[in-house]
Amino acid sequence: MNLHEYQAKQLYREYNLPVSDGEVASTLEEAINIFQRLNSEDGVMVKAQVHAGGRGKAGGVKFVKTQEAMEKEFTRLIGTRLVTYQTDANGQPINQILLEKASNIAKELYLGAVVDRATRRIIFMASTEGGVDIEEVANHHPEKILTAIVDPLVGVMPYQCRELAFKLGLNEDQVKQFTHIMMGLGKMFTDKDFALLEINPLIIKDDGKLSCLDGKISIDQNALYRQTKLRDVRDGSQEDERENRAAQWELNYVALEGNIGCMVNGAGLAMATMDLVKFHGGQPANFLDVGGGATKERVTEAFKIILSDTGVKAILVNIFGGIVRCDLIAEGILAAVKEVGISLPVVVRLEGNNAELGAKLLSESGMNVIAAKSFDDAAQQVVAAAKK
Amino acid sequence: MSILINKHTKLICQGFTGKQGTLHSQGAIDYGTQFVGGVTPGKGGQMHLDRPVFDTVKDAVRVTGADASMIYVPAPFCKDSILEAVEAGIKIIACITEGIPVLDMLEVKYYIDKNYPDVVLIGPNCPGLITPGECKMGIMPGNIHLPGKVGIVSRSGTLTYEAVKQTTDLGFGQSTCVGIGGDPIPGSNFIDILARFEKDPQTEAIVMVGEIGGSGEEEAAEFIKHHIRKPMVAYIAGVTAPAGKRMGHAGAIISGGKGTAAEKFAALEAAGVATTKNPAQMGLRLKEITGW
Repeated sequence: MNLHEYQAKQLYREYNLPVSDGEVASTLEEAINIFQRLNSEDGVMVKAQVHAGGRGKAGGVKFVKTQEAMEKEFTRLIGTRLVTYQTDANGQPINQILLEKASNIAKELYLGAVVDRATRRIIFMASTEGGVDIEEVANHHPEKILTAIVDPLVGVMPYQCRELAFKLGLNEDQVKQFTHIMMGLGKMFTDKDFALLEINPLIIKDDGKLSCLDGKISIDQNALYRQTKLRDVRDGSQEDERENRAAQWELNYVALEGNIGCMVNGAGLAMATMDLVKFHGGQPANFLDVGGGATKERVTEAFKIILSDTGVKAILVNIFGGIVRCDLIAEGILAAVKEVGISLPVVVRLEGNNAELGAKLLSESGMNVIAAKSFDDAAQQVVAAAKK
Repeated sequence: MSILINKHTKLICQGFTGKQGTLHSQGAIDYGTQFVGGVTPGKGGQMHLDRPVFDTVKDAVRVTGADASMIYVPAPFCKDSILEAVEAGIKIIACITEGIPVLDMLEVKYYIDKNYPDVVLIGPNCPGLITPGECKMGIMPGNIHLPGKVGIVSRSGTLTYEAVKQTTDLGFGQSTCVGIGGDPIPGSNFIDILARFEKDPQTEAIVMVGEIGGSGEEEAAEFIKHHIRKPMVAYIAGVTAPAGKRMGHAGAIISGGKGTAAEKFAALEAAGVATTKNPAQMGLRLKEITGW
């Protein structure tokens, strides 16, 4: 789950880390009030709040001096969708805009942290190359990324912060500020179950003070049960509607561009099914894992979600029934068909528990069902069916 | 021989009297596993599935001599359950549960590595492991397995079943099948399991099933290059997966352009592993390279 920049900055304030004075607005009236309260001599930044990077280049971040200019930018952005290099062609909706005091920037740094899978530790990363795409820096100048590995027992230690700060070329006072920031972030990371944290840029202002100018935070989805405050600020409008609907039914769904709908049990087999469709010359329309504990209702819902994608020309059902019974899957499919009606060809491969019974239910249903002999056969049949 | 578990393994279940624990403990018993009891705090002294229930893992170990535990407790309690098992002297633990916070696993792994380097944790978010004909410790359907000579290791549950079915249909059978799970921080990784297969005389060949996300397959490739002499087939799921999207498993995500199937295939091929792009032909590929 991702946080907006303004939500990240609220957390920074809670941990006493330096951020610019600012507030988020969703109406022009609110924006005017905030602008007047900020009363900033150095101007104000108008920042669209969307879950995507590359906002600046896409026109989602603007510097304004006057209220008139602010109103113009605010009105231009609010209620529209921002398309950046990180979004799809539809972009992300702008429902909120952050207004904050502009800063005079002397230097831009990068500071981030992730749970690193290879070392199985939280790793902090810092770089003098702030304000740019850090993945580019990592690819072309890996030597410019400084790292510190956090021991789970003792957490971030001040010496680790100092070491990074000195390597970043900070002066004595800035080293202290940097240490304060990094120690706070380390505590926040574990307190709040972060999966990823990025401050890009962390700036040095012309008065020598450090400030967190941006904030990107992802929370570990699995930890939301104990991060209820953060769970409650989730902005569903930034996420795919069908993926959210699927999540409510404990289904894993990811939309793709193709025309062959897939319904599979198990994440690995679901990916492999997409791959095999492609291998035989087809294009999968989605990833959908109905899970090991699939119920009739969940299968019905899964089928409805697949059918809500109008690009789908044929459907492949691939079930390896370990725990889940194939006849129950068949019943779920039939219930969905009854509810929404379907004329598309459906290729079904059932393996494992009660596979024959499931196949019988489907073949006697009068549906346009093609029974496949094997995994390979199923993928070939559905690719052929989609081309007709 | 086999790896990790066999007919002498004494298995218990944590979360024994719950719905999942009951279902899969019954499955283990029906399969012929030496299943000696289970743990549900507060229900000690009762009988369940004709086996004793204990309040603590320590009690269960003391009375039954159990050395293996499979865990079905809900995700918020798994860290506690795993460490309880470790402290009670359990040597092999399979945590089936999905949805454990990654920082919990980070601490669990750190704790076990520091204090109990000999304890093997499989999972979480996995189907468990099975030595066909001897011991079933997980949620896999027992009937598709056949005692035999192929070691199978996989990050995915249902794809493990595919590999099992294919090697059963061809008559090769399996020595042991291990589902290491789909989380970013697994208790055991590919290398841990591959090293055991290499040493196991019953295992004559290995099928490895990876997927997008992380660098476990690349690290395994480096290990295979130097330490694995047995014939190996590998498949990686997620060639068609888009970047930045979590594909069901918490660990199956291409982030920052890293962890793609193409990179993993390339690393394994460079290490001399026979790969297949067709998940329905893992068994056939194995037949091809072994001449069986």
